[in-house]
Amino acid sequence: MSEKIKDNVIESMKEVWERTKLLHDAPNHYCPGCGHGVVHRLIMEAVEELGVMDRTIAIAPVGCSVLAYNYLNVDTQQAAHGRATACATGIKRVFPDKIVFTYQGDGDLAAIGTGETIHAVNRGDKFLIVFINNGIYGMTGGQMAPTTLEGAKTSTSPDGRDVDLMGHAIRIAEMLALLPGAYYITRQAVNSAKAVRKAKKAIKKALQYQIDGKGGTCLVEVVSNCPSGWKMTPEESNKYLDDEVFDFYQLGDIKVPPKEEK
Amino acid sequence: MAKIRGHVIIKTEECKGCDLCVIECPQDSLEMSKSLNQKGYTFSILSYDTCTGCTNCALVCPEAIITVYREGKKVKATRPISKGQSV
Amino acid sequence: MNKKQLMKGNEALAEAAIRAGLQGYFGYPITPQSELLEYMSRELHKRGGAFVQAESEIASINMVYGAAGAGARVMTSTSSPGYSLMQEGISYIACAELPCLLVNVVRGGPGLGTIQPSQGDYFQAVKGGGHGDYKLIVLAPNSVQEMADFTYIGFDLADQYRMPVLILTDGALGQMMESVVFPEYDIEKNRTNHSSWATTGRVNGREQHVITSLHLQSEDMEKQNQILQKKYRKIEENEVRFETIQTEDADFLLVAYGLSARIAHKAVNLAREEGLKVGLLRPISLYPFPYQAIEDLSAKVSGILTVEMSAGQMVEDVRLAVNGKVPVGFYGRMGGMIPQPDEILEEIKKLYSPKRRQ
Repeated sequence: MSEKIKDNVIESMKEVWERTKLLHDAPNHYCPGCGHGVVHRLIMEAVEELGVMDRTIAIAPVGCSVLAYNYLNVDTQQAAHGRATACATGIKRVFPDKIVFTYQGDGDLAAIGTGETIHAVNRGDKFLIVFINNGIYGMTGGQMAPTTLEGAKTSTSPDGRDVDLMGHAIRIAEMLALLPGAYYITRQAVNSAKAVRKAKKAIKKALQYQIDGKGGTCLVEVVSNCPSGWKMTPEESNKYLDDEVFDFYQLGDIKVPPKEEK
Repeated sequence: MAKIRGHVIIKTEECKGCDLCVIECPQDSLEMSKSLNQKGYTFSILSYDTCTGCTNCALVCPEAIITVYREGKKVKATRPISKGQSV
Repeated sequence: MNKKQLMKGNEALAEAAIRAGLQGYFGYPITPQSELLEYMSRELHKRGGAFVQAESEIASINMVYGAAGAGARVMTSTSSPGYSLMQEGISYIACAELPCLLVNVVRGGPGLGTIQPSQGDYFQAVKGGGHGDYKLIVLAPNSVQEMADFTYIGFDLADQYRMPVLILTDGALGQMMESVVFPEYDIEKNRTNHSSWATTGRVNGREQHVITSLHLQSEDMEKQNQILQKKYRKIEENEVRFETIQTEDADFLLVAYGLSARIAHKAVNLAREEGLKVGLLRPISLYPFPYQAIEDLSAKVSGILTVEMSAGQMVEDVRLAVNGKVPVGFYGRMGGMIPQPDEILEEIKKLYSPKRRQ
């Protein structure tokens, strides 16, 4: 279509989807097809729609999303590896009115930061943990993560993860759901438009709980891809999620607030 | 059945050619370019006038570079466009 | 309100911190600082602050990072092994330039060591401690009163320079009971408003505030280092604190800080009784170290003895200050042992000679 036709077409139409203004107007550094960009966007859309930008504080992790503050246009603290939840506790306890979320990968949250994660949830500290689980250490070059599936090849499990030698993949969301401090725990994905809609709803719901001052920690796990680390095309990686990964990491709510249970 | 008409604008220079929008499009309106953008990626383009403005492409785009337009009365945004909110 | 009270050092410090407007305390039990944590757990909630007993010292220091980054007046306290665990977080806090108060009630090491007092963490305290080029302002009290006084000063310095301030004390000072008077302190007047940089939420669409210690480009990282170094030079110029005792006519100088300085003071008195003209210099700020004061005094004495509860750490800074002009001896006890005044006197006698005045 020529530019002219395009303009005429648009004139008669309404804009139904645009990039949220809470994302910086800058291209991200993530690899083609990486789910980080989608999740960043969903969180910022939720913050914008809920109108809480002026009291939102994000905690960036160590890993691929260490520079999240270059994309998320909200006040952000970059925490030490694994310590994002401790950092969030510090803020939330002194300033309970702030809306706080951490954004952490699986190496950050489920390996080096396991202690901080468990105890923050056990205290029921009222913030949101957005947990990106792609079963690999992307930033450092594709090493095995605690969440790596049995048999999966990574740069430190070159023959596939041998569970006798390297332990088993951790379903940390299910572990955390056992703690009374956990308020809402769900596992989502962003590998299709349908999944993205659901994930957005979950993130928004979790933030709403925090805004309402509901008791406990919320965790939205997003089982995502790592095309570079998995050595797949974006399309293959999304298909691999459907075919293999979701069998182990089953999508859906793991713990919901008492009233909603039925 | 009257078909809803839609349109997308893609910031092709920021596209990384991941192909996910093309795969996700239910109307097969999009395709990847034959040429490369300045970053050296192929990029997604609206090639066929079959777009209904369903927003699927924008939802899966990791770069958030697709803006979606739709004609007709039944405008159902997946997300309200912010008006007057200071950002 | 300003009446004299009998308190443990750890408790006096805690009370002073609350009176200084403490908004958050994050800590973990470890002997010999646990009274501080316990005091906070009893008092802080009642008086408007947040108290969290963290799951580890690592969590504590990162809670401090978060709350300090959001602009709150916060602190943590620990003892030696716990302080080692905090080093990564302290390095982040120093680089991100966050004000906060740290307390290390030192015990004997290395390793799990002993719960008895020590000064073996001097290097870790004044030379950085964690990775990278950074410093903390380090204050060394030698009485329960100073445990309280330095808490106020520490918070104010932390605010003024946007950096962590460490109170380096030890198990004996933390546990001993002495009288203490809490000075008047106007929180509103003394607290700095950090809203120009703290993460408080983007009110009215202002520019985003980011707390980070990451500067991937070497040029940027060097620039951040230069900012820190400039700050440290300013501190070295303006914040040196020390005390001199009977140095005016001294032929021989003792240098000691904290608890050792109390004992060294006693040794000065014993020496004077025997006609030996001994004086004492007590560094109060260990960083910035009173190099100039020691250098000046080294021109007036025949020798110097540094006394520490360690294998000899501060003595290296004393030797740097003296730069070979006079002999610098060292006497120390380790592993929780405390040097006695008569032991120090014996060492003085080995090294003492009256100054041949030109």
